[in-house]
Amino acid sequence: MFKIVVCVKAVPDPKEACNIKIDPATKTLMRCDVPMVLNPLDKYALEAALQFKAEFDAHISVLSMGPPEAGNIVKECLALGADRGFLLSDRAFAGADAFATAYTLAKGIEKNGPYDVVFCGMASSDGSTEWVGPEIATFLKIPVVTRIKEIVEYNGQWWTVKAELENGYRLVRVQIPAVFTVTRELNTPRRLSFSGIIKARKKEITRWGIQELGVPEESVGLKGSPSMVSTIASMDSRRKVEILEGKREEKAEQLVQRLVNAGAI
Amino acid sequence: MGKSCGPVWVIAEQIDCRILAVSFQLINHGRKLATALDTSVDAILLGHKMEEHPRQLFAAGGDRVYLGNDPELAVYQPEIYTEIIEKLAKEKKPEIILIGSTSMGRELAPLIAARLEAGLTAHCIDLVIDGNKVLESRIPAYGGLLSIICPDRRPQMATIAAGVFPNPEPDENRTGEIIPIEVPKEIPRRIQTLKVVREELEGMDLESAPIIVAGGAGAGDPAGWREIADLAKVLNAALGATRPAVDEGWAALETMIGQSGKMVSPELYIGVGLSGELQHMVGISGAKIMVAINNDAKSPVFEQVDYGIVDDCREFVPVFIEKIKEYQEKLKTC
Repeated sequence: MFKIVVCVKAVPDPKEACNIKIDPATKTLMRCDVPMVLNPLDKYALEAALQFKAEFDAHISVLSMGPPEAGNIVKECLALGADRGFLLSDRAFAGADAFATAYTLAKGIEKNGPYDVVFCGMASSDGSTEWVGPEIATFLKIPVVTRIKEIVEYNGQWWTVKAELENGYRLVRVQIPAVFTVTRELNTPRRLSFSGIIKARKKEITRWGIQELGVPEESVGLKGSPSMVSTIASMDSRRKVEILEGKREEKAEQLVQRLVNAGAI
Repeated sequence: MGKSCGPVWVIAEQIDCRILAVSFQLINHGRKLATALDTSVDAILLGHKMEEHPRQLFAAGGDRVYLGNDPELAVYQPEIYTEIIEKLAKEKKPEIILIGSTSMGRELAPLIAARLEAGLTAHCIDLVIDGNKVLESRIPAYGGLLSIICPDRRPQMATIAAGVFPNPEPDENRTGEIIPIEVPKEIPRRIQTLKVVREELEGMDLESAPIIVAGGAGAGDPAGWREIADLAKVLNAALGATRPAVDEGWAALETMIGQSGKMVSPELYIGVGLSGELQHMVGISGAKIMVAINNDAKSPVFEQVDYGIVDDCREFVPVFIEKIKEYQEKLKTC
């Protein structure tokens, strides 16, 4: 059977992310009850897998690394149609940068067994690095194509995909198993269905910690991360704002006038 | 003086034998880092028919160019490019590797970093050498400016978007050393770039537009977004977007402004329905005049612009468009 792995991440809801602040003293995030949701781009990665499953016999494993609460987004993926869900969660995993995250996910993928393709979202909405997909591929010693927007051919061991490029695309031929990181152009993710939620209730999430993965403590989490936050500075606003007052029409009129006077329009 | 450290490297990028502006900007800034570390700035240039190009990198401030000049390197080939750079890095032990935040750079940088077990900071807006001679890579996050360091491992790697650092003043008299590099024979060939297709971009180019109208989540829905697009049209402006607007699917990824998108410096910037998140605002900090339209008077965006309109953007924008049109009509009749 064709085996697909999808890597997902729980992120602070992007719509409320502006409420998250950094505590300058402790250098930690003050989340202010911003809910954790499935990273938007990961929905497209899961949808890619679900479309394969609809077309031929395929098995989908979803993997996430995160705190225990991230189990909810794995559950959401099961409700959307994934077959198995894994949460890699351990205190030792905390504070991981992209490198240590990719290492941990790669170990989880290996432990889960043979696979044909791995799908990831192109980037997470909170970190925005785009590093995890290519770094997983490096740890698994398989090829990667980032930013794919179309899967042109997918018969046999050689696939052809279009990868996004500034003002265009790269047409890439790649041998699977491979990692693909996906863009929004690839598909339209389905929405949760009631029957999916009911079915997912019966599915268990497998939780693996550092013991189960059998990895040394110094290669995961903060200890396994080459990069770290050193200092946090607040950024000063450098402009003095003039708020234009009055009725809507008057404000619009004033704004046009200001811009004309400044030679901007 | 202690032992001098390894060189600062810039992975130069070429498209159709033209070196990208960001590569020269990184050499320019790499020069400063190298001076602080008392070392050299070396570039890696991979392509085909590039014999004459190292000169441009010397003129920009480079000391050495490792030149891979081979038909197989004409376009970006991930396995071959990674293999060459990994091998060379293990031999030359660079202290720092800088890469442009381009489509290629964003894929190549993590491939190299993972092979070298190096720390890699994404889309930096500044790079400085601290008191311990460690690279501080600055990125905006959650209303502050984070400094990321990789204290123990080398090289220290970072990606930087075009426009973050200024273009160098080329010094045509500068020369340097060209070191040819060969394409290694023993590479798994499991991935191949068959072709690269460039399409014409619709609308105005963000980087060169004198006026930019940018929209955010406050647009509300596709209809609200069309209003913002209309405002851009009336002003003959380029239309940009924040990440939430791209996430919603209203705007294309290429139009995203900010740390992980484009860095722009227009004469006039009008931000509509956006909250002034730093990741976006750092992308337009070079704008001359800035305007924000947002219904929340407490929004941080109003601390970062010259003129503020506190109003529902969906209501205000159509009125604003009418007023602009009136002004444009008046100009015609004068």
